[in-house]
Amino acid sequence: METLMIILTGVLVTIATYLVLSKSVIRVILGTAVYSHAAHLLIITMGGLKTGNVPILGDEDISTFVDPLPQALILTSIVISFAVTALVLVLAYRAYQTLGTDNMEELRGSKYE
Amino acid sequence: MNNIIVLPMALPIMLGIILIFLRPYIKTQRVITVLGLLATIGTSMYMLHWIQTDGIIRLDFGGWEPPFGILFVADSFAVILVTVASIVTLICLIYAFSSIGEKIENMYFYSFVNFLLAGVNGSFLTGDIFNLYVNFEIMLLASYVLIVLGGKRMQLRESLKYVVINIISSWFFLVAIAYLYAQLGTLNMAHISVLISESGQTPLLTVTSLVFLIVFALKSGLLLYFWLPGSYSAPPTAIAALFGGLLTKVGIYVMIRVFTLIFYHEPQITHTIIGILAGLTLVMGSIGAIAYKDIRQIVAYNVIIAVGFILVGLAVMTQEALEGAVYYLMHDMVAKSLLFLLAGTMITVTGEKRLDNMSGLIRNYPAFGWMFFIVMLSLAGVPPLSGFIGKVLVGQGAIEAGSYVLLALAFISSIFVLYSLLRIFLNSFWGETIISFDDEVPMKRGWIVSFGLLTALMFTFGIGAEYFAPYVADAANTLLNPQIYIDAVLE
Repeated sequence: METLMIILTGVLVTIATYLVLSKSVIRVILGTAVYSHAAHLLIITMGGLKTGNVPILGDEDISTFVDPLPQALILTSIVISFAVTALVLVLAYRAYQTLGTDNMEELRGSKYE
Repeated sequence: MNNIIVLPMALPIMLGIILIFLRPYIKTQRVITVLGLLATIGTSMYMLHWIQTDGIIRLDFGGWEPPFGILFVADSFAVILVTVASIVTLICLIYAFSSIGEKIENMYFYSFVNFLLAGVNGSFLTGDIFNLYVNFEIMLLASYVLIVLGGKRMQLRESLKYVVINIISSWFFLVAIAYLYAQLGTLNMAHISVLISESGQTPLLTVTSLVFLIVFALKSGLLLYFWLPGSYSAPPTAIAALFGGLLTKVGIYVMIRVFTLIFYHEPQITHTIIGILAGLTLVMGSIGAIAYKDIRQIVAYNVIIAVGFILVGLAVMTQEALEGAVYYLMHDMVAKSLLFLLAGTMITVTGEKRLDNMSGLIRNYPAFGWMFFIVMLSLAGVPPLSGFIGKVLVGQGAIEAGSYVLLALAFISSIFVLYSLLRIFLNSFWGETIISFDDEVPMKRGWIVSFGLLTALMFTFGIGAEYFAPYVADAANTLLNPQIYIDAVLE
């Protein structure tokens, strides 16, 4: 299962890299979103996939339980990547309105302005 | 264990939130921000004195004993940087009061400066590697907003690149943390260090450390600086000064922390690579600094040279070199902010960006001109100014360790710094004056005050180097002996 997840992460990273390298701003942003999903998948796989019960004290046998820390990390990281994606989408829209283009190639511009 | 450690981060965050509700009252916002910053500076100075008597202090959030909870650790190195960062922010804000304009102040400017400082201080103080990532993101999100405030064409263009490059470097950070967690199962930096010294730094861990190196190199502009000159010349002067003074320094701080506390077992691999990167950065930065005529570009390349110089200290890894790196970090935060403020003001008063289009400014603004001269000498390392002691100590460390190539590159780069700034000075300040006395833009009082304060600070760091020596020596000592830090955290 772990191997499968790592391969899936690799596929996501491939797709994200392809998107980030394209010229359209919106594709770049989608690429960064896919990147963050890949990272989250990587973290949960690195912490070990389901190896036991939920890590909550109760009646059940809790001698083996899942590591809760990667999930906490991913939760934090999802919130952050959500905020960043929202911000960068607004930024891209405003840049499109002002600059009149969504082509990264044309955003080079002259140095003296 | 004391709650005071959280104040340098918590105070700016709380103030930032309060200021959101005070949007229409700009005067009130200014007063609250200044008072908050003074309180932050006071707290951090108090902490610095306390550390000298009682050793490293820490705070476990929620009472979770390390290595299980998140914690803040205040050692001399972190607190020195917190203090200087807060002082620099305050002075940049004094400049901003009379330069930034009501339009930007209305757009939650002061809230975001506070959030930026919270992220910076949090990154300095945290003792947990994932918390470090979160603090980085707080700092970066605030900087994404600050770089684009005002919404000029150039800002929008440059900010898109800045944001995308930082998202990708943050992604690398997450990946590196995932690899580290898979191997060690802990996030507490001191605990990571203990586990690595028990099991030995395996090749896999060394590779992980190189992923970390890529992240911090992107953030601090170590060789991977291609994004820096463009994005640092886009925002308004006060914000550019804040970025130039603080943001790359956080990357440098974290790199020094990680490669002295955690990954110090294989210096022939990691520290050699850092040395090579630092050397290349010095060369490329020097070429960049003399290649352009746009003064904002010249100033931005000066930031890159300083990054290379400080990391020579890390690559060498002796007591003197690390002391030098700490001194130079303090000096560079102050001097780079002043340099950005002066360069930005030159553009404001002349309306020109190229140095060959300005001339004779010293006749119109004598004090301004001489302060530019002083910061130039300080960056070149002329005693008794603040750059001197750092350069001497880094050089001494490099000789001791026999790294003559790095030594040569570090000192040749100082000559390039001097040349690039002297070129601005000779072209723009001397010669025929282009602004007649009738239509010269009057120098505002706030500008002169902020320049004066930063210049005074440079003299203080230079002449008072002896007074700061115990703090800096303690910082370098903790860096060189990770056991002190580990004992303070895990005992």
